[in-house]
Amino acid sequence: MSKSALQFLHNGREVAIFVDGGTSLLVTLRELIGDMTPKFGCDQGGCGACSVLIDGELHLACLTLAETVSGRAVETLDGLKDGPNLHPLQRAFADNFAAQCGYCTPGMLMAAKALLDRNPSPTRADVVEAISGNICRCTGYEPIINAVLGAAAGGRTRA
Amino acid sequence: MPVTVKTFATSGEAAAALSSDRGARYLGGGTLVMRALNEGDIAISTIVRASDHALMRIDAAGARVTIGAGVTFAKIIAERDLAFLHAPARSIGGPAVRNMGTVGGNLFASSPYGDFTVALLALDATVAVQSGLGAREVGIEEFLQSRERQAGLVLSISCQKPASADAFRYRKITRIKPKGGSVITLAAHLPSMAPTQLRAKSAERALEGRPLDATTISAAAAAATEGTSPTDNALASAWYRREIVGVHLRRLLSGQE
Repeated sequence: MSKSALQFLHNGREVAIFVDGGTSLLVTLRELIGDMTPKFGCDQGGCGACSVLIDGELHLACLTLAETVSGRAVETLDGLKDGPNLHPLQRAFADNFAAQCGYCTPGMLMAAKALLDRNPSPTRADVVEAISGNICRCTGYEPIINAVLGAAAGGRTRA
Repeated sequence: MPVTVKTFATSGEAAAALSSDRGARYLGGGTLVMRALNEGDIAISTIVRASDHALMRIDAAGARVTIGAGVTFAKIIAERDLAFLHAPARSIGGPAVRNMGTVGGNLFASSPYGDFTVALLALDATVAVQSGLGAREVGIEEFLQSRERQAGLVLSISCQKPASADAFRYRKITRIKPKGGSVITLAAHLPSMAPTQLRAKSAERALEGRPLDATTISAAAAAATEGTSPTDNALASAWYRREIVGVHLRRLLSGQE
């Protein structure tokens, strides 16, 4: 099987690589690009740990064929921080104790970012719906929901 | 295991590629095919894609709607003229799955998935399929009975818009997350009750042409599981599945939920 050339924007930076046919975006990001922030969870689309944004839309990297992101913009948690400064969502997660083992956190943050990019003033129900595809097995969802609502409130204050 | 990926400009070329290669699978949103690949499904040797914009088209202005097979559930939710399909679209996965999963792919999702197909079955939809012999329209019941043997590519799904907002009701019954499947339009449809989605025809007969009073509802609820063969699994026992169908059908028809 031959490899395919693939070019896309990874957190604003253009990357050009070769991938085997059938490779997922998750494997591409982690093993070929070295971005370990999307987590390898179920590999079945059930846990949300590999959530990324593709052209601003929330997708599961494990179920995304790498070739389908050709020419598109992929955002991962690695692109959220600004140098040493945490993104307001990351700060809110820390302030609200919204991470325990942390394995679900990258996916949760990307799901939350997708929500706040579209709706800066979400209701609690909006947040619950936005993270409904992301499973957390240790923190519990309340601190996570509170963190997203806190980040949204902070964003309104800053604006 | 690496596979060959072939991308075609037209659905016709993609359909021809699928028809000529037993190891070829069409990749729409990826939620079924990538999952199979990740599991190591060695039956898949070729992934076929099409960049044909016709597969992404929604025509919902008239009384009959046509939805391209590549339309995602998120797109359906965003389309005001498809309000009657918002509840079944919302009942699928989380936001990421709805951004990826397609109407065409859902036709091939086996139990316990395929909830959107249940709604299409209730709406008596037709499926446009392109094969090496050309394009043809198939009734959704016939399609589902033979979907494993289907060669070619699903192009679109069409159905009549319900006459009123009340003429089509959708509820998904689940022990995990109560979001909304059984479906009524004078019909009850029962996912997880048989190997493929099926219509509750005995319940339909009990409802058709009768006022929706307590007697009719009781008769429909009693007939709802006729002809079904639910199985036990980790989510629910066959006994439980059989028991709840009538209960929820009764509640739905009575406007209790």
